[in-house]
Amino acid sequence: MSKKVYKLEAKNLNAYYGNFHALKGIDIAMEEKAVTAFIGPSGCGKSTFLRTFNRMNDFIEGFRTEGDILLDGRDIYDKKIRVDELRKEVGMVFQKPNPFPKSIFENVVYGLRLQGIKNKAVLQETAEKSLQRAALWSEVKDNLNKSALALSGGQQQRLCIARALAISPSVLLMDEPASALDPISTAKIEELIHELKNDYTIVIVTHNMQQAGRVSDYTAFFYMGELVEHSKTKALFTSPSDTRTQNYITGRFG
Amino acid sequence: MTNSDINRYKDKAFQIFGIFCTLIGLVVLAVFLIDIAIDGISRIDWDFLTSLPSRRASSAGIYTAWAGTLWILVLTAVIAFPLGVGAAVYLEEYSRKTKLANFLEINIANLAGVPSIIYGLLGLEIFVRQMRLGGSLLAGALTLSLLILPIIIVTTRESIKAVPRSVRDGSYALGASKWQTIWNQVLPASFGGILTGIILALSRAVGEAAPLIVIGALAYVPFAPTTPLDEFTVLPIQIFNWTSRPQEAFLTNAAGAIIVLLCITFLLNGIAVYLRLRQQKKVKW
Repeated sequence: MSKKVYKLEAKNLNAYYGNFHALKGIDIAMEEKAVTAFIGPSGCGKSTFLRTFNRMNDFIEGFRTEGDILLDGRDIYDKKIRVDELRKEVGMVFQKPNPFPKSIFENVVYGLRLQGIKNKAVLQETAEKSLQRAALWSEVKDNLNKSALALSGGQQQRLCIARALAISPSVLLMDEPASALDPISTAKIEELIHELKNDYTIVIVTHNMQQAGRVSDYTAFFYMGELVEHSKTKALFTSPSDTRTQNYITGRFG
Repeated sequence: MTNSDINRYKDKAFQIFGIFCTLIGLVVLAVFLIDIAIDGISRIDWDFLTSLPSRRASSAGIYTAWAGTLWILVLTAVIAFPLGVGAAVYLEEYSRKTKLANFLEINIANLAGVPSIIYGLLGLEIFVRQMRLGGSLLAGALTLSLLILPIIIVTTRESIKAVPRSVRDGSYALGASKWQTIWNQVLPASFGGILTGIILALSRAVGEAAPLIVIGALAYVPFAPTTPLDEFTVLPIQIFNWTSRPQEAFLTNAAGAIIVLLCITFLLNGIAVYLRLRQQKKVKW
């Protein structure tokens, strides 16, 4: 029997910022087309861990990893891996909406332009499809040339999601995507996550446990750089096996 | 007098002192401008702008001088812009924070403080003698480029630094290379600031006389330059030359030339201010 290949996998992953040991021996495997939520108190390493999947930590001086991160069974820290190719496969949405100071249209097709795609019809079609997937099309379809900075925060965040979807990744990393948004925008983003998991493997970092409960299939609890518990969301919230998890989700610390 | 009275007087006193400090520079400048205007404005006419230099003050003009200044302005911009921006992008985006980078940074800051006449001597040795460019426009523009490079590098770096991390992250996360991120995000977002810095640096360069005199720019050039390898003069040198003559009429000529030079620098500064305001309005993160 061949070993099962997971969409994303970490094997004995250790990460350091200089001398600081940020992630300690993490083993985790994530299913394809499921939503996995990372929860834990501030500074527990969940965002650091999320950013190892598209190697956004590479920019931080003194950051290094030991162990393996596998995407479809391939080690993404292998020397042969090209980081720009990896990031086309693993998209990311950040905590604060970060649209480029360009038009809505140019924001969405930015990733395509980077790849040298100039065909107007292709760009137009991808922009429309991506904006529709991000549930933003109906709100902006008449103003595609308007500056993206003129959109509301919630619209900006959906634009950032559309931008990530435009280059057809298979994984979507979301770093507290709704923490800077109002409740209505947050609800829209959560709804969107529900929709998107039919086609994408989603990993979301969140501070909001209700949110984790609502949007995710699996939840991983991190504490002090360790992965304490990883199981189906329902199971983790109703019958946590570790007392630290229980203390955290019942609000005794964090 | 109560304590609060004293505090109020101190407050008032400092306010007046502050106004005095602010005004003193402006007043001196205003007096100077008015004085120059009274002396020189009557001298400025079409003939003055289009005449060649002459030994007779009444028929001497500044055609060769302002043509030289424009040549110098354009050549210096063309040379200093790519070098300055290139160096700034390297230092800000590529170089690692090593001891060497530190050393380079400190020395660039130091270079900004080197007197311009020293740059003139440097230009004389390298461009005029070693490269055999003679006292040409090109030698002058290269010398002035060296002079303003540190200023351009420092202001460009500041503009690049002001582009938020989040925009770069957004670009990288979509698979952009470093250069793609710089070209598509960092430079467009900081372009207004970069341009402002360059224009201010250029307005300093067009006012320089000392380094150009050192490299051999002449006060008397009978023809306006037509190629970068021609000999030249510039407005500051022409002004310097006329003010050192004993005849009253040449002083009037100098005042006229000063007005033209000031118009050029004020115009440049005005463009810089306009660009900065537009940039502030356009980009709010």
